[in-house]
Amino acid sequence: MRKWWFAAVIAGPTMVLSYPWLIPGLADVFPRGSEQLWWLWVAMGVAALAVLAYSGNQFFTGAWEALRHRQANMHTLIAIGTGTAWVYSTIALLFPQMFPSAEMTDVYYDVTVVVTALVVLGMAMEVKARGRTSEAIEKLIGLQPKTARVVRRGTEVEIPVDEVVVGDVVVVRPGSKIPVDGIVVEGSSAVDESMITGESMPVAKGPDDVVIGATMNTTGSLRFRATKVGADTALATIIRMVGDAQASKVPIQRIVDVVSGYFTPAVLILAISGFVIWFDFGPAPAFAYATIVAVTTLIIACPCALGMATPMALTTGVGLAATHGILIRSGDALQAAKKLDTIVLDKTGTITVGKPAVTDVVPADGFEVDAILAFAAAAERDSEHPLAAAIVDGAAERGLTPLEPTRFEAVPGHGVRAWLGERRVLIGKRAFLEAAGVRAGDLEDDATRLADEGKTPVFVALDDRAAGVVAIADPVKADSEAAIAALRKLGLQVVMITGDNRRTADAIARRVGIDRVLAEVLPQDKAHEVRKLQLEGRAVAMVGDGINDAPALAAADVGFAIGTGTDVAIEASDVTLIAGSLRGVVSAIRISRATMANVHQNLLGAFVYNGLGLPVALGLLYPLFGILLSPILAALAMSFSSVTVISNANRLKRFKLAEVGT
Amino acid sequence: MTPDQIIVTVGGLAAIGLVAWFFWFKRSVGVQASAVSGGYQEQMVLVKGGYTPDAIRVKAGKPVRLLFRREETAACSEQVVLPDFGKSAALPTGQVVPLEFLPSEPGEYEFTCQMGMLRGRIIVEAA
Repeated sequence: MRKWWFAAVIAGPTMVLSYPWLIPGLADVFPRGSEQLWWLWVAMGVAALAVLAYSGNQFFTGAWEALRHRQANMHTLIAIGTGTAWVYSTIALLFPQMFPSAEMTDVYYDVTVVVTALVVLGMAMEVKARGRTSEAIEKLIGLQPKTARVVRRGTEVEIPVDEVVVGDVVVVRPGSKIPVDGIVVEGSSAVDESMITGESMPVAKGPDDVVIGATMNTTGSLRFRATKVGADTALATIIRMVGDAQASKVPIQRIVDVVSGYFTPAVLILAISGFVIWFDFGPAPAFAYATIVAVTTLIIACPCALGMATPMALTTGVGLAATHGILIRSGDALQAAKKLDTIVLDKTGTITVGKPAVTDVVPADGFEVDAILAFAAAAERDSEHPLAAAIVDGAAERGLTPLEPTRFEAVPGHGVRAWLGERRVLIGKRAFLEAAGVRAGDLEDDATRLADEGKTPVFVALDDRAAGVVAIADPVKADSEAAIAALRKLGLQVVMITGDNRRTADAIARRVGIDRVLAEVLPQDKAHEVRKLQLEGRAVAMVGDGINDAPALAAADVGFAIGTGTDVAIEASDVTLIAGSLRGVVSAIRISRATMANVHQNLLGAFVYNGLGLPVALGLLYPLFGILLSPILAALAMSFSSVTVISNANRLKRFKLAEVGT
Repeated sequence: MTPDQIIVTVGGLAAIGLVAWFFWFKRSVGVQASAVSGGYQEQMVLVKGGYTPDAIRVKAGKPVRLLFRREETAACSEQVVLPDFGKSAALPTGQVVPLEFLPSEPGEYEFTCQMGMLRGRIIVEAA
């Protein structure tokens, strides 16, 4: 700011003394053509040179460095503009005989000094405002704890967090930050994860639960085993992803880049053209007018407003999303999210909690509930299907110990076959049993009833006889219904995709307010279903959490991985929701729309500013209205155009208070 | 037209031609990145009013490490972006910042500052 103060202090008197004949009292002291005025202008020339050398030196060094690379930037325009005004004035002062009339020998040192002061002020304001756009990532970096208490050789020691290694047992006291990622081995507590997930409610943690570094332990003490440290922690990954996304480019920016590449030299060409036209066809004194027009044209052009329009909005928008536990991977994702009209939600783990449990066991005549569950659990104990885990857990809850299968075969998307010594167990859909020659009989009615209740019926056959139906239900997440209503309110068609049978799927869909259901879709066909929707001309988002969702997430225009999901799903996605709630999707889409609207406002502003400012500076209004823009007004407009773009981007930060959340 | 108008007009047209040629028709051949241990191709890039060198030739299929050293405080250059490789880095003044990527397809790829004011090219040649 010292550079600004220096220029500003000189700018005041320079402006007043440039036209003393217009000021009562001074007109007599410095009459036009007098020696006193000449000496006054000499003093102003020296002062203006000092301003250029001290306050404006960055423009000249910046312009020179750019010129060495055969490039031109804002510094080039300001340096040539202010330099030209000073050189013209000095020649007029020292060699007035070179000019045909006395009027042409007026000086423009005020232009040199005031323009420099205004542009320096504009740049200072710009730096301050730019700092605010990247506050979000700085906040994330600031979350990283400095030290950790670990157990080494049986004693607790406090060490720098960088020295924690995977496998260390870390001790966290009440009110302390969790230093790295890990799995709880001892103790119980509630942990505030809001800084990472955006969820305000503390989460209960006990043995085997995952804890995230940088979150805040509240009431109890915990001991956990470190699983991820240094650059591998969730926080480090988030910071890296946010940084990369902020520096990425929105597709529209590629067009802007082409314009920017030509912009500054084009302004130089316009300034030269303006000079020639005013010199050839302008009023007298032509040389003075031509110079002023050229200088004004150089100064009013603002390549920075154009260049900053998109990155500033992107930085703020991606940062805003991160503070809500939403990681937007790139500018492409942001632009694509704005255009979405259809959203496909995977049922299990997205709409539902993702922890299915056995709710009913209906035995066929001659079979016992416990026997059915025990055989089913024995057959399913080697299966990786989520429903298999529910059956095994259901058997364990009833105190049943499943036998070890002698042979096991999984048929993905259909069911499993297992042999328990001489006995053969089939578990799966009705069609799977029928294909093996087993008729469901009366159990079919029970299965229909259970499916209508939103439960998934699984048929169990023993030795080629239908033995019973096990019903499994996955509870719907508490806020799924509200989030789906909010998505519909955003104008999106909400589609549910699931491998479940049609009846179960319809029942869940009805409960949460979804009217289009893609049921009985095999895991490998989810991506195909997404592409089919795209072929209908829809811009499709896919929300999922499992490994089997990864191809569909990649195929969608925007893939949302719900953060309770797997690393594979997160890798394949465009947006990661750290928290497991669908509300994050609503927030992400709202933020994307707001950010893209901000980008468009900024670009429109920058194009309109330059598109209107340049013709006015060139004197296009002069023939009609006699209006010719002053270079000082041009400098004022130029400085504030950049600041306006950044301030508009910063406006996005207020968005969270008013609109995010459902 | 008076003689001074003719002189100004001709001079102006010449200046326009010069500006267009100087800024838009530059085409440097590029500096070949040197092979270093680990199979990397490495090149130091000075950031000061532009990128030096501003054209870097590399072979496709081998990892590239560009070492950026920014020697100015102008806000324009505080970040470098390689949009085609999804890479970016903040460039604190006076520090060497590595940026690694793997070019698989021959072609020309740009690296720029965040605002697209400073520009450089990576020329990926078939191995």
